[in-house]
Amino acid sequence: MKIFYHIGRYFILLSKVFSRPEKTKIFLKAVVREMDNLGINSLGIVIIISVFMGAVITLQTAYNLENPLIPTYLVGLTARDSMILEFSSTIVGLILAGKVGSNIASEIGTMRISEQIDALEIMGVNSASHLILPKIIGAVLINPFLTIISIFVGIFGGYLATVFTGAITPDSYIYGIHYVFIPFYITYALVKTVVFAFIITSVPAYHGYYSSGGALEVGRASTMAVVYSSVLILLFNVLLTQLMLA
Amino acid sequence: MIALKNVYKSFGDNSVLEDISVFFEQGKTNLIIGQSGSGKTVLLKSIIGLHQIDSGEIIYGDKEFSRMPIKEKKEIRKEIGMVFQGGALFDSATVEENVMFPLEMFTNMTKAEMLDRVNFCLSKVNLENVNKLYPAEISGGMQKRVSIARAIALNPKYLFCDEPNSGLDPKTAIVIDQLIRELTLEFNMTTVVNTHDMNSVIEIGDKIVFIFEGKKWWEGNRDDILTTENKELEEFIFASDLMRKFKHLKVDL
Ligand SMILES: Nc1ncnc2c1ncn2[C@@H]1O[C@H](COP(=O)(O)OP(=O)(O)OP(=O)(O)O)[C@@H](O)[C@H]1O
Ligand SMILES: [Mg+2]
Repeated sequence: MKIFYHIGRYFILLSKVFSRPEKTKIFLKAVVREMDNLGINSLGIVIIISVFMGAVITLQTAYNLENPLIPTYLVGLTARDSMILEFSSTIVGLILAGKVGSNIASEIGTMRISEQIDALEIMGVNSASHLILPKIIGAVLINPFLTIISIFVGIFGGYLATVFTGAITPDSYIYGIHYVFIPFYITYALVKTVVFAFIITSVPAYHGYYSSGGALEVGRASTMAVVYSSVLILLFNVLLTQLMLA
Repeated sequence: MIALKNVYKSFGDNSVLEDISVFFEQGKTNLIIGQSGSGKTVLLKSIIGLHQIDSGEIIYGDKEFSRMPIKEKKEIRKEIGMVFQGGALFDSATVEENVMFPLEMFTNMTKAEMLDRVNFCLSKVNLENVNKLYPAEISGGMQKRVSIARAIALNPKYLFCDEPNSGLDPKTAIVIDQLIRELTLEFNMTTVVNTHDMNSVIEIGDKIVFIFEGKKWWEGNRDDILTTENKELEEFIFASDLMRKFKHLKVDL
């Protein structure tokens, strides 16, 4: 039953979040700051993970293709589609849920317990909107770029793997990544990214906003935030896949 | 001017405030005193609307505040400055940015005008050359003063301070007390201060309200308080050895 309480309170919070910002200039500045904070700062980890994932998918596919009748360019195609369909959106989403999610929950949670949120309210500022909206908008705008970068870097990682191991020829890999490209897959990946960006900012913000007590509770809120956003990402991954690809 | 009429507040079964009626005058430093846990913070937060009261009235000027629609509440809140028990400075912003925040949010001042105002407020609390420092980089007493500077940035009509001098050495505590009193007189604010510091009571208490177990137990001024016959208040004031000695001294006089 408690789950309904949380869901209800989450949507009440969202209704507070999505209201007109007090001052557009301050809001836009905050959005840019969050894009930098949540997006650009995650670029490094996204690139590292994507290179290795691309390489591993390529090698695994190559070593599992034992039947000589199956053309080796399928390795390239598999690497490309796996990156687009699943890894660059979902896996990167999960990694960011850990990094960005705990960051947001502890930042807002600390502001709650040290009465900074009360201070905002007393000044007549809508604290929920002021603190949370720039994060949601910032992530929703910047994360699609992270996904695109991840796709390219991942495919490049697969190429490097073929060059360094010779599992298949790089030419065949290149041929594979050009083979029957379905543009809709990119749309699908970007839709997922946007939904995940919403989850990994709003859910941790909820946990932070309603934390109480001390540093221990803020830590706990931040852990819960990561757990819930990860589970929600996996759930919405299934839902969106069924909706868009079925 | 702020008036409370029959204010009740409870959390679940725990009744914290019972039937509080009190009047805070403009241009006066009003003190709320009482033991730890007596309900001072809850009372202050109820007055400014951070807690929704169960029943009663809270009147600012001639307007009932507690049941106002949120939009009108916001207008009143722009006239309120609040210094929280822990300072509540934005820790990702510098001292300057903290004091500037309400100006940025609610005025159309230019950057230069805002900076002038910030420096004026900081000079009022005797802080110089700390503009670019972060809250974590200044002492607790300085944080309190920045918090006061931020609270007066928009020229509030009402100033609330929750234990502004707790955790400070006696000398700094007196400086802060004097500061609050001076600002109150200078800007003719209605000031309400929570404290359990007897020094403050004797230094700046134009009006004193004693809260005991969530009820208004006594009210008066700093001249009446030392000669009170009220048993609980006496126990509260003369809890320390020093104050007991002081009492005898007073009586001898
Ligand atoms: N948000 C809350 N939810 C439930 N109970 C609360 C809440 N805030 C305060 N209380 C209860 O109200 C009572 C009064 O607390 P309050 O913080 O007002 O005391 P205080 O007089 O300010 O004490 P101190 O001098 O230590 O700051 C306490 O018993 C506390 O448990
Ligand atoms: Mg208190």
